[in-house]
This record gives sequence, C-alpha cells and structure tokens, in this order.
Amino acid sequence: MPVIDLSNVLFGWGSAKPVLDIPELVVHRGETVFIRGPSGSGKTTLLGLLGAVLTPSAGQVRVLGTDLASLTPVQRDHFRARHLGFIFQMFNLIPYLSVVDNVTLPLSFARDRLEAVQRAGRSPQQEAERLLGHLGLKDPALLERPVTGLSIGQQQRVASARALIGSPELVIADEPTSALDADTRSAFIRLLFNECEAAGSTLVFVSHDRSLESLFDRCLSLNDINRAAGEAH
Amino acid sequence: MSILRLALKSLNNRKTTALLTIFSIAVSVALLLGVERLRVEARNSFTNTVSGTDLVVGARSSPLNLLLYSVFHMGNATNNITWQTYQELAANNAVAWTIPIALGDSHRGYRVVGTSGDMFTHYRYGDEQSLSFDAGKPFTDLFDVVLGSEVAAALGYDLGQQIVLSHGLESAALQKHDDKPFRVAGILKPTGTPMDRALMISLEGIEALHVDWVNGAAPSALFSVSAEKARQMSLKPTSITAYFVGLKSRIAAFRYQRTVNDYAPEALTAILPGVALGELWQLVGSAENALLAISVMVLVACLVGMLTTILTSLNERRREMSILRSVGARPWHIFALMITESMIYGVAGTGLGFAILYGLLLAIQPVLQASLGLHIAVAMPGTFELVLALVIIGCATVLGAVPAWRAYRNSLSDGLTVRL
Repeated sequence: MPVIDLSNVLFGWGSAKPVLDIPELVVHRGETVFIRGPSGSGKTTLLGLLGAVLTPSAGQVRVLGTDLASLTPVQRDHFRARHLGFIFQMFNLIPYLSVVDNVTLPLSFARDRLEAVQRAGRSPQQEAERLLGHLGLKDPALLERPVTGLSIGQQQRVASARALIGSPELVIADEPTSALDADTRSAFIRLLFNECEAAGSTLVFVSHDRSLESLFDRCLSLNDINRAAGEAH
Repeated sequence: MSILRLALKSLNNRKTTALLTIFSIAVSVALLLGVERLRVEARNSFTNTVSGTDLVVGARSSPLNLLLYSVFHMGNATNNITWQTYQELAANNAVAWTIPIALGDSHRGYRVVGTSGDMFTHYRYGDEQSLSFDAGKPFTDLFDVVLGSEVAAALGYDLGQQIVLSHGLESAALQKHDDKPFRVAGILKPTGTPMDRALMISLEGIEALHVDWVNGAAPSALFSVSAEKARQMSLKPTSITAYFVGLKSRIAAFRYQRTVNDYAPEALTAILPGVALGELWQLVGSAENALLAISVMVLVACLVGMLTTILTSLNERRREMSILRSVGARPWHIFALMITESMIYGVAGTGLGFAILYGLLLAIQPVLQASLGLHIAVAMPGTFELVLALVIIGCATVLGAVPAWRAYRNSLSDGLTVRL
C-alpha cells in the first residue's frame, strides 16, 4: 500500500483555473521524496492536500490508504495529528515553550503517538531528549534555553524532532532548509534521513533548491507532474 | 501537555499585559465586594445596636433625628423629658424595663451618657447580648464612671484613674467640670456599638456636675458647690434626654407608641428603632445604589479591557495558533486554549481581588472602629461573595468566547499555513 496515492486530482481556488491538476503521484513507504518547484507553483497547495487541510475539487487523495475526502473535518484533524509530522520553513516553534516541551507537543494531541513512545518504554521527555540527541542537540544547557535563543539551524532540528516524535508514518517538510547555509543544510538533511529511517517514516520534502536533489531516493518536479503548470507558465 | 499548562505558559510569555489585566480585574472586584461589604456591615452594625430595644422615646422631633442622637450619639437633642413624665410613662403596664439617657457632656471628644444601673442589666445589643465588663463593675458612687472599651483603649485609662468631664460636645473651647473629677469604676468589653465610644455615669452624677450651674452657665467661684458638698446633697434627676423601652410583649409596641405620642403634658416622640432605621436606609439607599452601580460599571470596564487585551493579542498569536494546528491541535483545542486564558484572567483577578479586599479590611478595620465606631467583621466570604465570584468568572469566560471564536475561525481558515 503506498503512503501517498493521488489520482486525477484537481484543485483550484474558487472558480478560477485549477492550480493543481495531478493525474498521478505515488509515494511508497520509507521513501525520501524531493518535490521541486519554484515559488507559486502550488507546492503549499499540494502539501495542503496531503495534510488534509484542503480537499480537491475532483479526484482522490489517499494517504496511508485512507481517502481523505471521505473523512469529516474532525476525523481529518485526528488523522493529521496521528499520522503526519510537519516541518516548516522557519519560525515554527512555540516561543514560550522550552525545547523539550516543543518537541513533545504533538503527543498531547495524538494519543496513538504518545502510546507509540510509551511502547518503546520511554517517557515523552526521554524520547524528546533521545531524538534531539540524535539530531545533534545533546547539551543539557541548550535544552533549558528558550527556543528563541537557538540558532536557525538548531531551531530546525528541534522542529524535526517534533515532527518525528511518536513515529508518524509521513513527515512533510516545507522548505525547511531555506534559512540554513550550505554546510548545515546537507548535514541537517542527513540527520533527518537517519531519523526518518529509524522511525520508519516516509519523507516528502518540498523545496526550490535543486542542490539537495542528489541526496534523495527520488526527485520530482512539480511542474512535470502538474498538468495545470504548463498552462500557467 | 494540557491546555491549561499551555495557556499558563502562553500567559507567562505575555507577563506584563497579563498581570496588568489581572490586576485591573482584581481592583474592580475588590471595589465591588468592598462597597457591598461596607453596606451590609454598616447596616448590621446599626441594627445590632438597637436589636434589643423595642422603643426609643425622646422630645418631639423627627424619628430619625431621635434615633441618631439617642442611640448613635450623632447630632443633638431638641429638648429634654422631665423626670416626672419619664416616671409616669415608665410605669405603664406594658413596659418591662426602661433605660434613661441624659446627654450633653463629653470627655475629650467622647460622649458622656448619664444613665441608671438599668443600662447594665437591661440593654441588649447584637444577638441578645448585654453589656459585660472587661474590668471593674457598674458605677456605684456619685463620681464613678464606666468607660466604653474604645475610650479606655484610645485614652489609655485604667481602673481607679481620675478623669475630668467637659460641658458640651465640641472638642474645642469647652468648659471643664474640673471641680468634680470622676473615678473610673469599670471598663466595658467591646460591643461593636456606639457604647464603645461612650462614658457612662449615673443620672445623679450628671445632676451633681450641673447642680451649681445657672441657665447653662458655669457658676462663679462664689456660688460653686464642691464635690464634697454635692455628695451631701440629695440629688434627684430633674430631666433626661431620652429613654429606651423594653416591652413585656412586642405586640404592645404600637399602643405604647400612641400613648407616648398623645401624651398631653409634654410633646414627645416614640419610635420603633427598626422603622426609623428603615427611614435611614431609604435616605442613604440611593447613594449606596449609585456606589454599587459605579462598582459594577468599573468591573464591566475591566472585563471589556480584558476582552480588548485578548483580541489585540490574537493577531500576533495567529502564528502560534497555526503551529499548534500543525502539530495536531484541533480547532476545538484552539477554542479551549483561548477560553482557558479568559478563565485564568477571571479566576486570578477574582482571587487577587478577594486578597486585596481582605488585606484592606484587616488594615482599615481598627481605623473604622476608632473613627466611626463602625465594626466591620472580617468574616469568611458569604454566599453573596461566592455567587459574585462565580458570576465574575462566568462573565470572563463568556466574554472569552468572543476571541476564542475568532481564533477558532482563524485557525480553520489559516489551516496549517504559517503566515509571516
């Protein structure tokens, strides 16, 4: 069963021309997929569809075998909390929470992910520290610091730990490296790969930065899979 | 992490505005509670003072005036009652006891009440309590004086001490009765009534003070009567200012009142203290209501201020809400988070308000007691306070639904997009 299975998906804002027209997109379990697209090509819209925030005007979006359109809004919220982890471009930590509290936050909204952590015999705190440690944030003094005191690179690693905690099946990253410099960028991506592999999570990574393509299992250009793009550009 | 912890941490992040909001609510809560407490306590204090007295009789005047000068020692009597009239009316069949009162002298700002031993046996205040002694006993000698608790405490008097009374009530330029000093025979326990601020001597003592006075003027040295000489004379009271009446049965109150009011030889007024107090409350009621209304308005203003604060914070917290949504918070969580924040404001504001009020009450209680003779009991919050607290917290929560609803709508429309 593919993790992501889009077929004949159409999406447009209002009555305007569709932004996305994707006949097919399949992502398999454990894959790391790079989706490249320039600004305004509909990347965020695609992630909205995958994250069950948006519903297509036609076609089917299946994530982990579930047709998202068949879910009620409340079920979609539960589905997202349970199965998906997000990493955004920047500034995506809660400023008034500690590093560890930021990482454990998803567990308070998804019982399944909390149970997954507990099954591994760890407390949320321990799991957060373990993930942070793997991502290169070991210093206990650092974990005490307010998240606003961290560098951008450190913040992105905290956000990654948060997306990965409780082993969600699908991790969606939206330009997480755009604020990082070239050196930290690839180091960050390697750490992210390792943790996705350890957690058994599938990674969908959206960016306009082609220099990262070579690191991924598979690379797609949004303009290639999106028929609406040709007409728009 | 629970919603409550999240809300607390979020508020902690906005400490200054949060604390100011809580403080403003607290002040308005304390104001509202304080006004109500003062109102209730003032009424209790007044009612307690006359609780055991069925009627008060004095020279003809308005009931309120009579009540105020005879019981509360405020203002002056219009006229006196002759001793003969008093004797006659006190002998009425319906009457169980009377307490005569003669006013007009003072001691360092405290009133001197000429009375009889009946004061100590029959006077009842509060919950059927009678006057009891902290030290000493009722006056027995002509020049004995019994002090109210506050007089003794404020002036530092002890048993056996000699004090000099003054003629008239103003504290300045008084003529002193310094030829006839009095000896402190007893000190009363605190009662929470104007008795605490009075000095009591016998009617004969009052008579002795003025035996050599002519037409309200002090005697010249030639005609003055010394204390020793006064002691030899057989002094009989000639008049009193008013008297308290206890009836055998309260049913007789109206009949006795009519008897007094219709008494032909002298123009008198008999009042039922409760009725006269009712008049007083009517008089001050609108002022009280205005005060209460103002306090409610202040509270409303503060709650609206809270609403403004939260609404203003919504835009800058839109990102925070989106992040929460992206880590799995449902719109319902966002709503709960905002409502919880308002509830925290309500609960903390109310709690702090109670703390401020009780702190203030403890601080001003002695001052009020000393300057106004008003006893404010610092009791546990009653039903009114608890209901009010719940209403305030409820209002804060209901008001909090406005920003909560907006945050809820925002979080639905924003989705997971983190806007910069």
